[in-house]
Amino acid sequence: MQNELMELVEQSSMKSQVPSFEIGDTVDVHVRILEGEKERIQVFNGVVIARSGAKTREMFVVRRIVQGEGVERKFPVHSPRIADIVVKRSGKVRRAKLYYLRGLSGKAVRLKERFAGGKATVAEAEAARVEKRAARKARSEARAAAKAEAKEQAKSQPPKKKGKKGEAPEAE
Amino acid sequence: MNVGLLGRKVGMTQIYQEDGTAVPVTVVQCGPCTVLQVRTAERDGYHALQLGFMDKKRKSATQAERGHARKVEAEPKRFVRELRQEGPADGISAGQVLTVEVFNDIKAVDVVGTSKGRGYSGVMKRHGFKGLRASHGVKRMHRHPGSSGPSADPAHTRKGIRKPGQYGNARVTARNLKVVRVDAANNLLLVRGAVPGPNGGFVMVRQTNKK
Repeated sequence: MQNELMELVEQSSMKSQVPSFEIGDTVDVHVRILEGEKERIQVFNGVVIARSGAKTREMFVVRRIVQGEGVERKFPVHSPRIADIVVKRSGKVRRAKLYYLRGLSGKAVRLKERFAGGKATVAEAEAARVEKRAARKARSEARAAAKAEAKEQAKSQPPKKKGKKGEAPEAE
Repeated sequence: MNVGLLGRKVGMTQIYQEDGTAVPVTVVQCGPCTVLQVRTAERDGYHALQLGFMDKKRKSATQAERGHARKVEAEPKRFVRELRQEGPADGISAGQVLTVEVFNDIKAVDVVGTSKGRGYSGVMKRHGFKGLRASHGVKRMHRHPGSSGPSADPAHTRKGIRKPGQYGNARVTARNLKVVRVDAANNLLLVRGAVPGPNGGFVMVRQTNKK
């Protein structure tokens, strides 16, 4: 009961749809900024190195290098000031927190790109997708065929079954 | 009329306002409360509303409680408290049900609750003393209070020296908490900041007299 009420309150402060992004992704964070009366959108581009918290308290950290100096900004995921989060590139990472990037500089900071299905290049990922689609199609066709066959058999089987059962002991 | 209700602390969370500022809030399930009795200066010597919150099983209520509730055609209540009024409460009669909507025009409230009990605690936990040093000759006295006053003159400990003792499980009032939201559909009141007691603890919320 108590938890349900809590959920209700938190729901009211959460975005219904948060753009999906993962650790290691290079993202553009669109931040709403008030300048006097006018509102404009500023973009902060960088690598997502951490995500923490849950529900209304969820935060993520974006790191970028500005003139050779590392800059990190921590954003609340559900804040109304975050207009959008656009994934530019997905990085291949093996950790939930990429704090080790803070100790690296230059070329070492780069992350290998990750494509859908864990493939190494765009072409491979595309090929894998096509293959998968074909396999799924074949499977569903096979299933449909099996179904149809089963239906037909069910129509003609009841009398047959009896006969078969009766015959079996004799044959032994 | 002094506005107030009884309720139950649900827990703390954080919500965003339209401009993006995050507000730490405590969610209080507030009301509906039945007015069990109206106390008046003529009869009782003071003005107050006796409120009841949450039904209690009839079998676990005493005869007196059942009879008291029957007078206003209500179930016996789990949590009953009096809300003092400065003058006669106009337009409120016994048996009336008050909902969280009474806080619609209220900017800030006081919340009265029972703080979390910490038992018999030492001075470090209870009063925030620093304790003694970890080394340099300190012997098994690391969480002690140190001196409790001068020696031969006055030859006794002064009154009011802070000592170990029962900590918590006492009535505490958090004053002047801003009302962030009134959710009439779910009987919820959101106030800014913390409220005494554990989640699920009973509290009284009343309009603040602080300016």
